[in-house]
Amino acid sequence: MIKTVKKIFVFVLLFVSLHVQAQDGAYEITDESYTDTSVEMADVMRENGKIYVVVAVVLMLFAGIVVYLVLLDRKISRLEKEMGLRTKGEIE
Amino acid sequence: MKKKWWKILTVLLLTYSILGAFLFDVPRLAILNETIRNLHFHVTMWFGMIILLTVSVIYSLRYLRSNNMRLDHYAVEFANAGVLFGVLGIATGAVWANYSWGEPWSGDPKQNSAAIALLIYLAYLVLRNSLEDSQQRAKISSVYNVFAFAALIPLLFILPRMTDSSLHPGNGGNPGFNSYDLDSRLRVVFYPAIIAWTLLGVWMVSLRVRYKNLKMKWDD
Repeated sequence: MIKTVKKIFVFVLLFVSLHVQAQDGAYEITDESYTDTSVEMADVMRENGKIYVVVAVVLMLFAGIVVYLVLLDRKISRLEKEMGLRTKGEIE
Repeated sequence: MKKKWWKILTVLLLTYSILGAFLFDVPRLAILNETIRNLHFHVTMWFGMIILLTVSVIYSLRYLRSNNMRLDHYAVEFANAGVLFGVLGIATGAVWANYSWGEPWSGDPKQNSAAIALLIYLAYLVLRNSLEDSQQRAKISSVYNVFAFAALIPLLFILPRMTDSSLHPGNGGNPGFNSYDLDSRLRVVFYPAIIAWTLLGVWMVSLRVRYKNLKMKWDD
């Protein structure tokens, strides 16, 4: 009985110590971290909506790269057909 | 473009991760400020690299068991894509470090071992090009790939953690990304971003492998 209690006690201590260790982190993120206005963020950029300009530019770049990849993919598929390779040819 | 559902998934997930990375709420943390959004770009490169290089070594092992040249093509192209992600990871890391640690390269244990790991893989690619006979090239470089992978894991995951002077999260007593991971609002972008970038790598791999198979057929 005492042994079992000891084991449980050790287990509880273990988890407490793990918990304490986890809190050592300088970057413990809590719900308050989202509202801590003492830390400077790009709030103005979000308020006036200029961030969407950046997002639009990045998405446009990404779309261009996707179109490029798709066209290249199609070209290779066409060649595979001409060469009589199975059109599958994807990752095994 | 058969079996194109996963390519569509790649594009959708990447679009989502870009939108989420720029627009979703992030925790307000000192020093990091808005740069915490790099989590969804810089860190995903390394996760993608690890996955791609793991797949590469699996193909190398499969090649050694079967001597099927197609498997060697997969191994080298996965390694190529993995190295590309690694180089992008180290370059983006330097940009981020410049603003968070004060200089792009501070000789941090994490930076050093990542650089060594990449050099080992660059040697793999150089080694391949130095061998003329294709069977010999495939065999020697497959064996090398296994050793490169065996060096990669301790270099990235063990050695940096054994130091006490690293600035990088997750090393030398610094809080790791597991403390970011505790935060589910970052996780909803971070995990899909890893899948998305890895899938983009796989797409690039598949294009190059298909090109190689075409070239083999053409040469015959």
